[in-house]
Amino acid sequence: MISPIRKRPPFSLKSQPGFGTIAGLCFVMLYAPIITLVVYSFNAGKYISMWEGFSLQWYVAAWGNEAVQDATIRSLYLAAQASVYSTILATMAALGTTRTPPFRGLTAIYAMINQPLMVPEIVTAVALLILFAMIKSLTGIQGMVYLVIAHTAFCIPFAYLPIRARLEGMDLILETAAADLYATPWKTFWRITLPLLWPGIIAGAMLAFVISLDDVVITEFVKSSGQETLPTYMLGQLRRVITPEINAISTLLLGLSMLVVCVLFFIERKFGK
Amino acid sequence: MAENRGTGQEKAEHSLPAAISAQRVTKVFGDGKNKVLALDDVSLTIEENEFFTLLGPSGCGKTTLLRLIAGFDQPTSGTILLRGEEISHLPPNQRSVNTVFQNYALFPHMTVAKNISFGLEMLGKKPDVIEKTVGDMLALVKMEALRDRRTDQLSGGQQQRVALARALAPRPQVLLLDEPLSALDYKLRKEMQIELKQLQHDTGITFIFVTHDQEEALTMSDRIAVMHVGRILQVGTPRQIYNQPSERFVADFIGKSNFLSADVLAVEGRHARLKLSSGQEVGAAIPDGMTPDGSVTVVVRPEYTQIFPKSNDAGDLQGVLENIVYLGTDTHYHIRLPDASIFVTRSQNQCKVTEAFRAGQSVSVVFSPDSVQLLRC
Ligand SMILES: Nc1ncnc2c1ncn2[C@@H]1O[C@H](COP(=O)(O)OP(=O)(O)O)[C@@H](O)[C@H]1O
Ligand SMILES: [Mg+2]
Repeated sequence: MISPIRKRPPFSLKSQPGFGTIAGLCFVMLYAPIITLVVYSFNAGKYISMWEGFSLQWYVAAWGNEAVQDATIRSLYLAAQASVYSTILATMAALGTTRTPPFRGLTAIYAMINQPLMVPEIVTAVALLILFAMIKSLTGIQGMVYLVIAHTAFCIPFAYLPIRARLEGMDLILETAAADLYATPWKTFWRITLPLLWPGIIAGAMLAFVISLDDVVITEFVKSSGQETLPTYMLGQLRRVITPEINAISTLLLGLSMLVVCVLFFIERKFGK
Repeated sequence: MAENRGTGQEKAEHSLPAAISAQRVTKVFGDGKNKVLALDDVSLTIEENEFFTLLGPSGCGKTTLLRLIAGFDQPTSGTILLRGEEISHLPPNQRSVNTVFQNYALFPHMTVAKNISFGLEMLGKKPDVIEKTVGDMLALVKMEALRDRRTDQLSGGQQQRVALARALAPRPQVLLLDEPLSALDYKLRKEMQIELKQLQHDTGITFIFVTHDQEEALTMSDRIAVMHVGRILQVGTPRQIYNQPSERFVADFIGKSNFLSADVLAVEGRHARLKLSSGQEVGAAIPDGMTPDGSVTVVVRPEYTQIFPKSNDAGDLQGVLENIVYLGTDTHYHIRLPDASIFVTRSQNQCKVTEAFRAGQSVSVVFSPDSVQLLRC
């Protein structure tokens, strides 16, 4: 028993019984699957759960697989477009919600911008499928445009968040000072707001890129035949024989995401103040 | 710049319209329960080439008035004229008025030189003109060596200078300075006060300077407007404000004052005989525009009085010396009057080693009728 007189250390979660065990368990749950995935991507055998020695053959196979090449190029192209468009729209939305005096309905607008985060993705997917089917039959327009629109839409809130955070951290007094020094609103935007906003915009764009790259549900519903992206291609593979080629592709995707995270971190350190 | 200065002074002599004229300006923030009357029917005329100071405690509306002149906010009612022309409807970028902001608001992504050239670029000046002006400005604020520094690598005093140079570079008709020295330490503040005053003199630009520091206002200003809860109480030269405060708040806010209540016994021309509440009779000069009757308040500055050991009933006030506060340059004597209030006198120290008075002794105080100010109660 601890005597009541003894001075207690300040409350710390770390000193609670079982803290270490639970924390350890969480880390295992988070990283064990990823580590397994990466390790088995170097498997020499053709089963994803039976280790038969080290080899790079599945990377070679993935690299040479035309379907994978095709899906990769489509994924990157789609993610790049969606990230550019959604970042432009998100920047405008962020400017509209932070650089104007508070107005009625501002909260409603926040909710609308963040709507893709709340609505179940499958609902959005079905809704888009129906809408796009109607448009297609009415206009006869085919192609990637539907995927680009869909991805742009659900990437907006992800691009919006860092841009808005950056804008809220930026003192409005700098724009006031520019106006005081004879800058028109347009000049103020180009010379002051935008240069200071860049780190937020880059962060938003990269986040949107990763989110688009990763999407399965909406893509699966919206895509026409022959419009496989990397994730939908992998999903398709699951219905056949699974080889460590899937692991290899996943590992490369993981590497790409981690690279983006590192760049984001670097930008934060360099410019975020 | 020398030529510009010449014409600036000529204009002032030929009685051109005032640099800034505020007419019945009112500013209300918010509505309903959160309504704040930041400016209450303010009228003000600031002459060309003046160092004009808005002085008042925090929250009295100084910044609000500057923001209206700069165009960052619109008055709720009233008009503002710049050299006789109505500017209330113009956005900030179309007013020949520049601001030195309280926390400088330098552009963090530009060098010192780029900060200074910004206004000139926006005005569409030619590159060689910009280059020359930036050089002149850097010299003016003694920052030539740091022209290519980023502004976040500068000390507070240096940022202050850049902010000044940036605001002066476009040669505005009026320069607004919102408590520009409040972030600096004491010594630097004193230096900058003198430099600012010199800068105003050299450039010939009208300065409107905001401060809550009465000493700063007295040191630097040609004229001072004393503000209190959205109203202007008094406008005048430092001497006028100090010696002829028009209201109790002004007398209290600027310098130290003793307030004595008195009844008017007789008025002879511009001179009144008063009976203090302590029973003593004193004389006082009557300020212009005042007709004293009934009861009045007498404002007595501590340094305009003399303290004597009590010999008989002579002197304007009698009391008991309670406290002696030695301040090096001078000494404050706190005297308890018969009505239990405290009266402070102050005398300049001579090179004497011993104090002539001691606490507890009876003393009398003398002041001349010309050195007091009468206020309606
Ligand atoms: N944007 C604003 N919204 C609401 N109230 C304001 C605003 N700006 C100033 N005020 C109020 O107006 C009054 C005067 O403020 P200000 O001009 O900043 O005073 P000062 O600069 O003299 O300290 C204060 O009571 C302040 O709270
Ligand atoms: Mg202020």
